[in-house]
Amino acid sequence: MSGETARKEPTIRRSDLRFRIGLNLRSVLGRAYPRVIGANREPSWVFFEVFLPLLGIAAYVYIYQAFYGAQVAAIQAGTCGLIPCTSPADQLAHLQAAGERLNALVATVVLGGTMVAFWLNVLWSMASQLYWEKEIGNLQIYMMAPMSRMALLAGMAIGGMFMTSVRAISTLVAGIVVFGVIFQVADPLLLLAVFFVTLVALYGMGMMFASLYLLWGREAWNLSALLEEPIFFSSGMYFPAGGLFLVPTWGPAVAIAGSIVPAMLGLDALRQLTLPGTAPLPILPPVTELELLLVLAVLFLILAKFALAHLETLAKREGKLTSRHQ
Amino acid sequence: MNTFWRTFKVAAWLGWEMDSNWTEPWLFIVYSIIKPIAATFILILMYVVFAAIGQFNAGPLFDFMYVGNALFIFVGSTLFGTFQVIQSDREWYQTIRYIYISPISFYLYVMGRATSKILVSTFAVVITLAFGAFVLNPPVQISLSLSSIPVFIAGLLLGLFCLLAIGITLGGVTFLMARHTQTLAEAVPGIFYVFCGVLFPLTVLPGWLQGIGKAIPLTYWFDLSRRLLLSPADQSVLTPLTGLGDFSDRTILAFLAISSVVFFVLSLGVFKLGEYLARKAGKIDMTTSY
Repeated sequence: MSGETARKEPTIRRSDLRFRIGLNLRSVLGRAYPRVIGANREPSWVFFEVFLPLLGIAAYVYIYQAFYGAQVAAIQAGTCGLIPCTSPADQLAHLQAAGERLNALVATVVLGGTMVAFWLNVLWSMASQLYWEKEIGNLQIYMMAPMSRMALLAGMAIGGMFMTSVRAISTLVAGIVVFGVIFQVADPLLLLAVFFVTLVALYGMGMMFASLYLLWGREAWNLSALLEEPIFFSSGMYFPAGGLFLVPTWGPAVAIAGSIVPAMLGLDALRQLTLPGTAPLPILPPVTELELLLVLAVLFLILAKFALAHLETLAKREGKLTSRHQ
Repeated sequence: MNTFWRTFKVAAWLGWEMDSNWTEPWLFIVYSIIKPIAATFILILMYVVFAAIGQFNAGPLFDFMYVGNALFIFVGSTLFGTFQVIQSDREWYQTIRYIYISPISFYLYVMGRATSKILVSTFAVVITLAFGAFVLNPPVQISLSLSSIPVFIAGLLLGLFCLLAIGITLGGVTFLMARHTQTLAEAVPGIFYVFCGVLFPLTVLPGWLQGIGKAIPLTYWFDLSRRLLLSPADQSVLTPLTGLGDFSDRTILAFLAISSVVFFVLSLGVFKLGEYLARKAGKIDMTTSY
């Protein structure tokens, strides 16, 4: 019966705009689905994805607390900054200032730890994903399917953003509760704009990397591993990125190179908007950083499209798209 | 005995080949160093920022953190090296069935594979310490006296053996786990990073968390190594802060020796149990692509 029906109704290839938009939107939803729903089916992942960043945050927070403890001891012993305290009032003022600085630095770490979750998601679940899909045999199916490959990457990005946002917010709340950080949001709309544009730029970069990683083959895994600590450093995940400008010679160069990764400018703006007046060593005004992030977002999305087209051409020409372990 | 040694040696060589065959050896060495050096630079910048905005100099605490972080490279590499052997052979390369049925000790095979990671990380640790002592300005006050070298080496070997045993104990569990042991490989070192006084003195932690730190043998290894590596001037500031000043070097060595034996026996037991349960459930060569 079904075979008879199939003979009577041959497949019609549609290419009108409405059909293509619908197809690609369904693809976006279909690829986002396993990241939104499927990821929560393994409860241990949820636990580890909230718990692990918290461990990293705790380690760095306790470093600042150790420095703070030493500074408080020095102030109580009569040294205010680099000179002896002039009066008890001077001592008290220095103690209060040290407490405020500690809050700002701990907040810096907590926000940075949250951004680390997004960066790791970009590396391991966006950039490495097509390579991983090739290894497990899904890539050829994606390539044969009629949707745009950009829709596939967009689905991955949207699902990844949602999944990681849930984890990151949990980490942020846990960080606030455990370490007693005080944030003051000065401009909620600008804050939301910076946050979302940073995510779009970050995941745009991930979309671009997804194609490049596939070309680089086995180096992909190692490249992702290599882009962890060096990017945590150059983006100032655990310290104010403006601190790089305090280091003569190579510091500013690292800061400028690091700003290619949108996490750096995004974090700096988020820190300024949640710690108004007390955010240590800001780089640029938040609005300027938002503008730069917009440029990066557009740039990475365009580059992602080109990289994907290049990959497809190469795949057809060389016929190595499904070769594993290469 | 000869078979054991051959297994260990070939497994270590195989580990090196598998880790490094995606690139040239020199590039692999650079790659192995960049990650820990970048992690070190994060700490340097944290200190630079604190010192600049707080107008405060905490040199001994920085030295404490720097040396602890350098030694922690061993922890991450060794634990990751042992956790991922079973999983990578089973899920990724799908060669575990051939290795498993060959007439070798699978326990020693895992140990050999992890040892190659220790050797590479030794290089990274030495470079990180040398960078701190000779390139940083002001330098990290490292001064290992000749008389301390035997104790340092004994502590290092015991600490690494203890780490290997902890790694294989947990690695035995991965016989029964699906392919995502990455989380375990990150969680356990993460716990050690916070609770073992790696980056900050144990007394910075709340009291009940200090108890956890004191129950982990690696805490004593870090403390002993730092005592021997850092200058007496640093020691006079740091010893009251560590919370472990009452323990002599010999006591700590004895702790490490006992812990190594305990974890070695535990690793044998857990590894055999994991293997037995996996065989019973037919999971030795399972693949879990989700």
